[in-house]
Amino acid sequence: MSETVTLGKALNLGLRRALEADDKVIIMGEDVGKLGGVFRITDGLQKDFGEERVIDTPLAESGIIGTAVGLAIRGYRPVCEIQFDGFVYPAYDQIVSQVAKMHYRSGGKVRIPIVIRIPFGGGIGAVEHHSESPEAYFAHTPGLKVVACASPDDAYWMIQQAITSDDPVIFFEPKRRYWEKGQINRDEASGALHASRVLRSGGDVTLVTYGPMVRTCLDAATAAEEDGRSLEVVDLRSISPLDLGPVYESVRRTGRCVVVHEAPSTISVSAEVAARVTEHCFYSLESPVLRVTGFDTPYPASRVEEEYLPDLDRVLDAVDRTFGF
Amino acid sequence: MANGEREVGVDAPAGGFVQLLTPDGERVDSVTTADGTTYSVSFTDDEYRELYKDLVTVRRLDAEATALQRQGELGIWASLLGQEAAQVGSGRALRPQDMAFPTYREHGVLYTRGIDPIMPFGLFRGVDQGGWDPNEFKFNTYTIVIGAQTLHATGYAMGITMDGKTGNADGEAVIAYFGDGATSQGDVNEAFVWSGVFHAPIVFFCQNNQYAISEPLERQTRVPLYQRANGFGFPGVRVDGNDVLATYAVTRKAMDQARHGQGPTLIEAYTYRMGAHTTSDDPSRYRIASEVEAWQARDPILRVRALLVREQLADDEFFADVDETAAKQAVELRERVLSMPDPAPLTIFDNVYPEGSPHLDEQREQYAAYLASFEGSH
Repeated sequence: MSETVTLGKALNLGLRRALEADDKVIIMGEDVGKLGGVFRITDGLQKDFGEERVIDTPLAESGIIGTAVGLAIRGYRPVCEIQFDGFVYPAYDQIVSQVAKMHYRSGGKVRIPIVIRIPFGGGIGAVEHHSESPEAYFAHTPGLKVVACASPDDAYWMIQQAITSDDPVIFFEPKRRYWEKGQINRDEASGALHASRVLRSGGDVTLVTYGPMVRTCLDAATAAEEDGRSLEVVDLRSISPLDLGPVYESVRRTGRCVVVHEAPSTISVSAEVAARVTEHCFYSLESPVLRVTGFDTPYPASRVEEEYLPDLDRVLDAVDRTFGF
Repeated sequence: MANGEREVGVDAPAGGFVQLLTPDGERVDSVTTADGTTYSVSFTDDEYRELYKDLVTVRRLDAEATALQRQGELGIWASLLGQEAAQVGSGRALRPQDMAFPTYREHGVLYTRGIDPIMPFGLFRGVDQGGWDPNEFKFNTYTIVIGAQTLHATGYAMGITMDGKTGNADGEAVIAYFGDGATSQGDVNEAFVWSGVFHAPIVFFCQNNQYAISEPLERQTRVPLYQRANGFGFPGVRVDGNDVLATYAVTRKAMDQARHGQGPTLIEAYTYRMGAHTTSDDPSRYRIASEVEAWQARDPILRVRALLVREQLADDEFFADVDETAAKQAVELRERVLSMPDPAPLTIFDNVYPEGSPHLDEQREQYAAYLASFEGSH
């Protein structure tokens, strides 16, 4: 069964299917019930599954995650919504010190199969704290798995795979892509949760990206083609663990690699990718691995956010620069 | 000795506390608090003796642990000295189906749950991080981050409600342990909010031992801690934390209310940390000897001993036997601690993820190869 839906709707359908599949799955967060979430990702779920399975919580992020830990010990599979990226920090201790480490601490006897959904990234004209990309904080933490979906089909399947996984998963959703449409195949998942994917083949430069920048990189590849350059685009999908096999394979062919994300560059996902690509593809590289990222500033005011966000031109500029070495 | 009206016990702080056994070992038949709740205990002679035995044993094992740390066999130890009654009383008040969420000092509660006292020593010796199954023992792993476990306890309690396991005598309830310092943490206050809003079957058991490492209670609060419950919409009660009978009675009642679906209670067990915060601490830097001496007069064990003597429930032979048995257990414990093997190097890679990680597998293989490269060399 194939249909065309927005990325937001795909998440909604995925969550619905997860609730249907396992009565231990519960959704908790601020405004997820009656309102259906500020982005309507949980729209209609409380109505159909009840207030005990789709829980409007008090307004305190540490409380959401901390109680979810207890529910997980009790045998539940909580799916927590953090309303915006910049509001996850009050829960940071519970995520980093408890969610991530309980399995390890207990010698493998405790499992915390929690999913923490976080709408992330900018481009929606929001005020401060609503446009951040905090994925590196979590990817740096052993014990957490971190993924980002970029298309409706991935949104639909990855959320279900994350919920089924016994690992705690930080699930990043590209909020400015919530309204973009695409086909979903409800019969079969197109890949594993932690597998990266080549979305477009090309022979000149490898673009590595995830989340909201996937669309940007695909557009850049289309534009580059008109200039006679063939770009390969890899969607990482999983940020922790990274699945870089397809990236290495690609870079060994192209000899050039550009990593693109919205988060600042310093000590970032792109820094890790660049280090590993350099280690694994050293003799194939024609150029250093270059990065196109947000700047090392706090996320700026919305009237200038387009300056901060990587766009098609900045990506193509970096592509050009890989030919300058 | 009956005194049905008295809430203010001997040596009670302003506002009083529930006391059923005075520091001199005098029993109070029942106490009724201002909200009309009556507390009493009805133990058999054997049960009184068992409580005494528990108290002596947990103190003796605790002393052994402190000695092991001093001899370099434990990295650190968090002593329960002075808090035996709060832990044994509340621990014995639990029913088998109840779940406890401890801090890192609840060795006495652990003991009353019938758990092998060796269990937390892996953590303090540094051979593991406290790796037991909370559901098997109905006793969560020790939590070191102050107050974090109160939220876990609250979530677990919400799960009990969702499972339909409250509303009768067989219902389940949760007890969350924490200290006076923890009451300043956001997580503890969020746990109060959640528990109140969701009417969770939970008892918050705060051992107010007067100090958060060096900081006295006055640095955490302007009101008695038990009164905080009012603002969250559930009852709070202060109990003499050095009185094993009162802590038992108060905890038993609160837990039974929770299991019957009547919501949370905050218990403030007013006690004193006789020793250091941990073996790394030096309390002489922040408190005076006369204060410690005053609390020595309220010792939780001596008053039970006085009761047993006063009511002719035990003789010298009994007391000697209890001491001897506890000492024997301590020796056994010591031997088992000393024989705990260090973990193998590559076990640091175990149990990071239930479903594994290819990247971590790679790191493990690389490190294994690195270690193997030294084999045969000197």
